[in-house]
Amino acid sequence: MVVRRPDLTVAIGDWQLANPIMTASGTFGYGAEFADFVNLNRLGAIVVKGVSVKPRIGNPPPRIVETACGMLNAIGLENPGIEKFLTDKMPQLKKYTCGIVVNILGDSLEEYCTLAERLNETDIAAIEVNISCPNVKKGGVAFGTDAKMVYDVTRCVRERSDKPIIMKLSPNVTDIAAMAAAAEEGGASAVSLINTLLGMAIDIRTRRPKLANKVGGLSGPAIKPIALRMVWQVAQRVKVPVIGIGGISTVEDVVEFLLAGATAIQIGTANLVNPKAAEELVDGLENYLLENKIASAKELINGLIT
Amino acid sequence: MTNYKNAKHQLKGEIKNIFCRDEYCRITIEAPAMCQVAEPGQFVMVRASEEKSNDPLFRRPFSIHQVADGLLTIIFKIVGRGTRNLAKMKAAELLDVIGPLGKGFHVANVQRHYLVGGGMGIAPLHFLAESIRKQHPESEIIALLGARTAKELDAFAHLNSLGYLQVATSTDDGTAGHHGLVIDLLEQSVAARGSGAVYCCGPGPMMKAIALFCQDKKMPCQVSLETVMACGVGACLGCAVSGADVIGDGYLHVCKDGPVFEAAKIWL
Repeated sequence: MVVRRPDLTVAIGDWQLANPIMTASGTFGYGAEFADFVNLNRLGAIVVKGVSVKPRIGNPPPRIVETACGMLNAIGLENPGIEKFLTDKMPQLKKYTCGIVVNILGDSLEEYCTLAERLNETDIAAIEVNISCPNVKKGGVAFGTDAKMVYDVTRCVRERSDKPIIMKLSPNVTDIAAMAAAAEEGGASAVSLINTLLGMAIDIRTRRPKLANKVGGLSGPAIKPIALRMVWQVAQRVKVPVIGIGGISTVEDVVEFLLAGATAIQIGTANLVNPKAAEELVDGLENYLLENKIASAKELINGLIT
Repeated sequence: MTNYKNAKHQLKGEIKNIFCRDEYCRITIEAPAMCQVAEPGQFVMVRASEEKSNDPLFRRPFSIHQVADGLLTIIFKIVGRGTRNLAKMKAAELLDVIGPLGKGFHVANVQRHYLVGGGMGIAPLHFLAESIRKQHPESEIIALLGARTAKELDAFAHLNSLGYLQVATSTDDGTAGHHGLVIDLLEQSVAARGSGAVYCCGPGPMMKAIALFCQDKKMPCQVSLETVMACGVGACLGCAVSGADVIGDGYLHVCKDGPVFEAAKIWL
């Protein structure tokens, strides 16, 4: 008997992905760091570490803390800047057949627009716009916690680029669905959520914060239920595709996010623990569909019964 | 194409031997692919949670203590949940390991080598001593090992039986060797024998003191740093340390720029 392989493809607008598994920005470097461990061509897409107009040295150490089933980080968006990224990192990335998504961040509206325009000249698959980093004073989350600003950033990036635009949303808001709606109104092709939840850890011996930045973003399996709830809420509110992020480390997690309404998902902290995680989840999802006689991953999207 | 020399591996290595005494443990696993490419001073990241558990989440970094015949050995002290889990493992079980990672020691082409270790920082020095011996069989290799107690030194007692290695020890409490700091041993040795290349791994203050001493004596000094790490492969950028030139070049990262650095690059 011929076993038909299930269809793993999903679409974000006109962008066709071989499967719904991406790597989350900041947890997968620029892909090359993982090339010894993972067949990168097997992934739906690689989302690279966020790039800014100018290089950023990031926050002083300590930058990470392990917490119960999770981690706090305050890296501070360390990156070489867009030009160095394009000359030093991009040629490596081009060798792979999977989609390359470049995550961008700015200190001002104009910086976001400039980055979108610059990347429009490249052959990347999509742009993810980080308006949700909790670890830098200016920019980042400042743009992601006000619906008007979410709209403005989205609008500007949309106008300067023909690429699919993914707006990455912050969970550190009262109503994340309202932010998603503002992104959709601004012309976003998709929204991705959630970025990290603002958290803190204290060393009781020294009575000081464990992070030099005092506070940081919580990620990992600990945040999965919150992320899932937010993805579900956002998927009900907007028509554009939703990309689920937050503590995904097992096939069951992937299926839960798809059922909640995600079209694709990103693997984050799990990459740091198990460099093969993303590839294993592509295989795992395929096996799940096969075992459950589901012909296409698309059948799972929005399949939640309430 | 993968650069074979720098290839990193993820594997489940069968535990050939695990030995714990007091809070000190030694685990040897079968890892031929890693042994083939490993260099002294490099490290491995070991999964320290029970199967399928997310707690503790991060892998734990350990310097490579020894490679021989496809077997890789780490030595560690039980300090928390991760190391406690590892200490409970049994022979024939599989250890989930990534490595070899980072940049190791550069073996200097000199006649005299001082290997200075403090506490668990002694761990990478065995592999280093063997590499120096192989590359420069005629050179003088001196190990200066400091620990808090004789018990801690005991975890490394096997270094005494390497015929080519001249070992001197110190303890904070005087229970073995010189009663005092390991830098005292280095000062004495350099005064008696002359200068050489220094390779150092241990607590920060100890390494700083040794780096300053070496600067004063104009001896080359490499230090191996330890930090909390999440990925170990240069992706998360969590293991940043301040370089001496931090303003110009930004932070250095222990997992990919190190763990071994020229001391001058970090502190001096």
